[in-house]
Amino acid sequence: MNRRRQMLKVVRRTLLQAVPTVLAILILNFALLKLAPGDAADVMAAESGAATEETMAMLRRQFGLDLPVLHQFLAYVGQIASFSLGFSPRYNLPVADLIGQRLPVTLLLMVSALTIALVIGIALGTAMALNVSRWPDRILSVVSLVFYSVPGFWIGLMLIVMFSVKFGWLPSGGSESIGAGLTGVDAVIDRLRHLILPASSLALFFIAIYARLMRAAILEVTAQDFVRTARAKGISEASVVLRHILRNALLPVTTLAGMHLGGILGGAVVVETVFSWPGLGRLAFESVLRRDFNVLLGVLLLSSLLVIIANMIVDLVQAWLDPRIELR
Amino acid sequence: MAATVETSGIAPVGRRALRAFLRNPTAIVGSLFLAFVAMLSLMAPWLYPEDPLSMVARPFLWPGQNPAFPLGTDSLGRDVTAGLVWGGRISLAVGLAATCLGVSFGIVVGSTAGYFGGRIDNLLVRLIEIFQTLPSFLLLVVLVAIAQPTIETVTFAIAIVTWPTVARLVRAEFRTLRERDFVTAARALGFGHIRIVMLEILPNALPPIIVTASVLVATAILMESALSFLGLSDPNLVSWGSMIGSSRELLRSAWYLSAIPGIAIVCTVLSINLIGDALNDALNPRSPGIE
Repeated sequence: MNRRRQMLKVVRRTLLQAVPTVLAILILNFALLKLAPGDAADVMAAESGAATEETMAMLRRQFGLDLPVLHQFLAYVGQIASFSLGFSPRYNLPVADLIGQRLPVTLLLMVSALTIALVIGIALGTAMALNVSRWPDRILSVVSLVFYSVPGFWIGLMLIVMFSVKFGWLPSGGSESIGAGLTGVDAVIDRLRHLILPASSLALFFIAIYARLMRAAILEVTAQDFVRTARAKGISEASVVLRHILRNALLPVTTLAGMHLGGILGGAVVVETVFSWPGLGRLAFESVLRRDFNVLLGVLLLSSLLVIIANMIVDLVQAWLDPRIELR
Repeated sequence: MAATVETSGIAPVGRRALRAFLRNPTAIVGSLFLAFVAMLSLMAPWLYPEDPLSMVARPFLWPGQNPAFPLGTDSLGRDVTAGLVWGGRISLAVGLAATCLGVSFGIVVGSTAGYFGGRIDNLLVRLIEIFQTLPSFLLLVVLVAIAQPTIETVTFAIAIVTWPTVARLVRAEFRTLRERDFVTAARALGFGHIRIVMLEILPNALPPIIVTASVLVATAILMESALSFLGLSDPNLVSWGSMIGSSRELLRSAWYLSAIPGIAIVCTVLSINLIGDALNDALNPRSPGIE
């Protein structure tokens, strides 16, 4: 009961802390939208091919673009509060619908990449820490630095050359075979085959980060008294490593994994473009090319909100797992 | 880098760090390679006086096919080697300039927040948090797309997305250092805030800042290459990313055009990261490298 009340308090405080951040991000988004060349009336005029001064003035009045900036901002916030992100004349769809269509595939890509990065990163980091300062540690340290130095788009292209062009094992783009009419297990396998290359390209950089984090976390835990006590009690080395060291080292690493969500989203822009993955990142890139700033800023806003939510979940999980942690 | 530490009045730390740095074989390899790239970039106008965007030979020469063009030519008959050398100039220049800007701004914000504390600190920490919430590469794309891609806007935009990392670090350092005796002594002597911040605290906070700055140069180069790969860079300048981006469509027939500039990026960024790692071991023996 007491625990539950404490968690509720934590939830309330996290929510309250997120309010000013969301507000500031709204202001920033609005300011960027204002700074972007051409307003909605310009876009409409360009779409229709021609417009007189009078039509432009009428369009501006219709969109509220002649109102004072503060009014426009309030209208913008009101619009977002009703889950509307504006309209994209280029796609002839509301921006929110457009983003909604693209979000699930991006989440699939991100979660896959995050899983790959965590599993491999934790394994590498453990191997490094258990051999600290010996040659496996040195070699793996350099390997992880190489992973850290490879641009995601380039490794993506090279994987395509290798596995799609040379060997012909995996598809070079898209998220599924279009028009193949696959069902059941075949459809799942088809999806997975499309997922492997982009998810690996995106994961590479984060494998390096988690490996290094895990190595540092293990070294820190190993130096603590309870590990020495466990060893002194005569517990087998494997058990010390698994039950005492790893369990405690995993907490900071998994919670930090949530914090890298923003970075993974950014990486997705490039990787999705390389693999023609029909997600949010590619949508952002397409809207840059089409100068469709409504869509671009919608993606930025939504991904910032995703990061805020992820951070809140991380905070909550942390508070739940370790009651000693007082929230920031 | 170590020289900066020495001039800042903590000479013994600097000399010990320099010795530790020089004992590290990977650091030597990294420094040598980086020096090689820097030298080629500086000498580009003499090595390849012609515009790297001009057509000089038959298109699609593979590497090794013609000794005059050791790395071949692209679809428009442009020399890949010349592109690499000129592209290195852009990568290094943007990486260094963006890092300098970002680190300076980060130091100003971080030291103000950490030194004064209180309400200013609260406000600045919020600001840092907001920038760390925005997915940085996406923000970078938005900024460059809105401001039109030129080498200056790309540099500024990279600085805008990197300063929060520095500010956070500097703030943490300042918060611990400002409680130390030498700062109290400086206050007792009646030194002004600016003098205490610049001459007393900052030199002592430099080692972790230098390590972070070296990693940031590498990150900035990666960001620039990704932007120019997407076509968000100055269209009149060759960069490693734009070389990859423009030959992407030819991946099936002429993959060397994408592979070669990519290898240049990986080797340069890796050598900077090796240096950063060695600096970290030399300057803060206790803490791990990349966050």
